[in-house]
Amino acid sequence: MTVELVGFLMVFVLAVFVGFEIITRVPPTLHTPLMSGSNAISGITIVGAIVVVAAGYTGAARWLGVVALAMATINVVGGYVVTQRMLNMFTTRKKSRRRGRS
Amino acid sequence: MISTPLLHLAYLVAAVLFIMGLRQLCSPRTAPKGNATSALGMLIAVAATLLAFEIIQPVDLLLGVGAGILIGGVLAWRIQMTAMPQLVALFNGLGGAASALVVLAELTRPKATPLESSSLVAAGVGILIGNITLMGSLMAFGKLQGVIPTGAIRSRILPWLNLMLLLACLGFTGALVGAPDSMVIMLTLVGLSLVLGVTGVMSIGGADMPVMIAFLNALSGLAASATGFALHNEVLIVAGSLVGASGIILTNIMCKGMNRSLGNVMFAGVGVADGSGGALAAPGGGTVKQASPEEAALMLVESELVIVVPGYGLAVAQAQHAVRQLADELEKKGVEVVYAIHPVAGRMPGHMNVLLAEADVDYEKLKDLDEANPLFPQADTVLVIGANDVVNPVARTDTSSPIYGMPILDADKAASCLVLKRSMRPGFSGIENPLYSSDRTMMVFGDAKDTLLELIAQVKQN
Repeated sequence: MTVELVGFLMVFVLAVFVGFEIITRVPPTLHTPLMSGSNAISGITIVGAIVVVAAGYTGAARWLGVVALAMATINVVGGYVVTQRMLNMFTTRKKSRRRGRS
Repeated sequence: MISTPLLHLAYLVAAVLFIMGLRQLCSPRTAPKGNATSALGMLIAVAATLLAFEIIQPVDLLLGVGAGILIGGVLAWRIQMTAMPQLVALFNGLGGAASALVVLAELTRPKATPLESSSLVAAGVGILIGNITLMGSLMAFGKLQGVIPTGAIRSRILPWLNLMLLLACLGFTGALVGAPDSMVIMLTLVGLSLVLGVTGVMSIGGADMPVMIAFLNALSGLAASATGFALHNEVLIVAGSLVGASGIILTNIMCKGMNRSLGNVMFAGVGVADGSGGALAAPGGGTVKQASPEEAALMLVESELVIVVPGYGLAVAQAQHAVRQLADELEKKGVEVVYAIHPVAGRMPGHMNVLLAEADVDYEKLKDLDEANPLFPQADTVLVIGANDVVNPVARTDTSSPIYGMPILDADKAASCLVLKRSMRPGFSGIENPLYSSDRTMMVFGDAKDTLLELIAQVKQN
């Protein structure tokens, strides 16, 4: 076990604790945006995909990387956009209340 | 080109922005800013990575990113709010798959020095969790989209099969450390973990979907973390573990909403209809009273307080705009309308809140379980739209019922109750609901949206 690995473990464990601490008392209204917003963060694997693809390997590693990059990008872009769309619905209501056919 | 310390500093900034963003997502006022903060973190992490590594293959890079932006953007812009659970499931699955694929690329790439044992263990775990997330999410997607039968599949063998698959996957992860270049071991691990994703979610019925989606969300984060360990990349570890933690918290909230443990949801397989239902006969020989839209409208107009209880049926019928119009008409006549939202109503955490927000319902009018239940005894009419198990009183009384102990909305304590429902078919859990045969309950059968539109027309005439 290397010192580097222990460092990574420390980062992991502390981040889990931070995660538990900051996500407290989420109002139910925000459950879905929180989920899709955090889902976009899990697209961070895009960074790993970029490293793999940029290195320009040949063969299987190349195509695995490109597909991974495309999927991670969908996750990141789609996740943030759809979260913003949802959150806008929660907030714009006060400013411009769309009156229906009433 | 930026130097390595600078790259890691950028990752630190990104991690801080993720933490701040998630924190802000917990309050309605700051949530839009929170999402932007976290997106900025992602942008910094990506930009720093692009600047720090030598780009030998720019075409591949553009290809992958371009395809991702196009597909992700179109999906996110065009999706209807009612289809949100499917989309979240799909994005989850893609995130998990991307993590597994990055690990596989790392394993198969040509390298000067072999990977360390710890990286190989992390790689195996990354493949395992990533593939479970992928297949589990695709199963959830299929069930939500109606492509795969939504009922739970209950089998005594299934939990044991899942356990054996899991142990086998861990075994092959160990074997990977001994023989990192073995294609056979790698592909077996890939295959087994994909199967485990399918069989693991197979036993979960429609009504348990909110728990499952929240749990898959946590897994997609943990997959990214494992990939971070395999690649020695700390920003993956941090971001992944944050998502894992938030997903686990949401999973826990959903489990509490059903008074069940995660293990129980995963393995018990509630949701197998016992073959009853279909006829208009209710348990105990009681009969169900039907109301015409005219009668129903009269009941609503003559109420002082109406509580709307929405369920998955509201989403299926896309009736969120109709229900707000009905509420508007009722409010014009001096009727107070509030909405009681059960934590597991719908198919993902917060599903009903999103739909009603889309229809411009003020979120002050959305009451959660604890706020709503004291209001029911004062309510003149409860309007149940496409909800079933969350208002089923057997959860309070019948110890033999699979949903016994689940906190419910006390719709049966109101003076009267109107239930809009497609048919007498029991809900996804397949459990009979005595609320329907209660003396105070009137049923209005038909598509929820059509019925609501009729009610609006009738209320206007009154």
